[in-house]
Amino acid sequence: MITTKDVEHIGWLARLKIEEEQLEGYAEQLNSVLGYFGQLDEVNTKDVEPTYHVLEMNNVFRDDEVTDCLSQDEAIGNAPRTQDGYFKAPRII
Amino acid sequence: MITISQTLEAIRNSSAEEVVNQSIDRIEGGKFKTFITVAKEQALEAAKGADSHSGPLAGVPVAIKDNMSTRGIQTTCASKILEGYVPPYDAHVVERLKAAGAIIVGKVNMDEFAMGTSTESSYYGPTLNPWDPERVPGGSSGGSAATVAAGEVPLSLGSDTGGSVRCPASFCGVVGLKPTYGVISRYGLISYANSLEQIGPIASNVEDMTLLFNVIAGHDPRDSTSVVGEKDYTKALVDDVKGLTIGVPKEYFSEGIDPAVEKSVWDGVRKLEDLGASWQEVEMPHTKYALAAYYVIAMSEASSNLARFDGMRYGLRLEKDHDWHTTYSEIRARGFGEEVKRRILLGTYALSAGYMDKYYLKALKVRTLIKQDFEKALKDTDVLLAPTMPTPAFKLGEKISDPLTLYMADVNTVPINLAGVPSVSLPCGFSEGLPIGLQIMGRHFDEETVIRTAYTFEQNTDFHTRSPEVV
Repeated sequence: MITTKDVEHIGWLARLKIEEEQLEGYAEQLNSVLGYFGQLDEVNTKDVEPTYHVLEMNNVFRDDEVTDCLSQDEAIGNAPRTQDGYFKAPRII
Repeated sequence: MITISQTLEAIRNSSAEEVVNQSIDRIEGGKFKTFITVAKEQALEAAKGADSHSGPLAGVPVAIKDNMSTRGIQTTCASKILEGYVPPYDAHVVERLKAAGAIIVGKVNMDEFAMGTSTESSYYGPTLNPWDPERVPGGSSGGSAATVAAGEVPLSLGSDTGGSVRCPASFCGVVGLKPTYGVISRYGLISYANSLEQIGPIASNVEDMTLLFNVIAGHDPRDSTSVVGEKDYTKALVDDVKGLTIGVPKEYFSEGIDPAVEKSVWDGVRKLEDLGASWQEVEMPHTKYALAAYYVIAMSEASSNLARFDGMRYGLRLEKDHDWHTTYSEIRARGFGEEVKRRILLGTYALSAGYMDKYYLKALKVRTLIKQDFEKALKDTDVLLAPTMPTPAFKLGEKISDPLTLYMADVNTVPINLAGVPSVSLPCGFSEGLPIGLQIMGRHFDEETVIRTAYTFEQNTDFHTRSPEVV
């Protein structure tokens, strides 16, 4: 069972602020969906390999060649806050 | 609805600019709320050079789902968090469309970040179904299917992570293909669940869908999952199914299926039998676990993919920055809608320490069994036939309040994405004026047989000739 405290913690992990009055509602919905997911336990998956990817692909390599790329102005053109051509983030420490 | 050949003829009789202008008039005067952004200026400018263009889609208006990057045209994923974002580059499919002479007329509505089955979760409001404006167009590519059904444009692109091209194609009575994973480059497609999703073409008939598919399919080194090789899919437009064996998986006719849907699909099987195909029932025993496995995987991938939306490089930013954690958490809380938040939370939980084996790894193993179901079923058959959706389009507001009820609507579409096989939806009947979709699935990289079966069905039926009354 997911509690309101769990929802708060998951929200913290996901960097999603959950308002106090929403915690209960999310806990209920998450429990309902996770209850449905529980049916996967019925399936015997002994010796079954997981499928991360449907195609049997290995690493794809390319030559290390310089190609065209965005200019600095284009790259930061959508940023809400910039300084001296850089993205400006909130202070970390 | 309008076809490519009608559009090309109209261009010959007037000009590409005139035809594009008319298309934009229909979009702007339309009542189904199909678009988020109409790119009128860019489209008319591009149309000026289209009369002398030699590409197969020269001057043809195309609508793009709002989760594909379009240089200079706002791209929002139907989310508040990306409002005002103008990509500095084109998605690979958009580059290919422009090279073929197509005119991008704008960006169509969708469920926020493609998470939904009804287009009701869009921050910009729902799109309406042209066959009945009280009903949903399906989702998540609801705008893509509705704009074609309403005759605003002949062609559009959607994306399909768990049915998001096929569901709206079914609900809106148009043709939509989810290609084999890897056939179309995802470069420039804003990721939701990257191991499941493919861009897919939508049109009013199989031939047009195939022409559009031919233009956008092919290798692109910028998507490492893009497979090498080019094919001419139009060679598969053959009106003949003699010798083909159809598999009908009974698990796709599960409880809750609308009797009219069941009948129309079986009529479709018999029609193809009359035309020379044979059919047999096949078993796909893990189908009932596909929904749970799909949602675990999709939500897990979503929680990771959507971590990039933090207001630093693009999108919503608060007036004042606080500390790092508070700033990010508030931006994301205000920018994402309810369903997106739910999926991020569930995905974060499914990937968190202590639960990863129980949910994520377990779902990936069930995915293997579902993929094996397809391999076995398609060993003695060439294609599989089933309903795309268990019902015709439901009403606006009918399912949106209960997430799990809405997820259940995807029961027949998600297994295809888990297995990565190709699947097309095309009209096969009507129930009380609402279209019903037939789903034709095939082997990996065997789009040709899927297209051939769909084309033969269409050439020998008249469901695709009906259009909704839009005026």
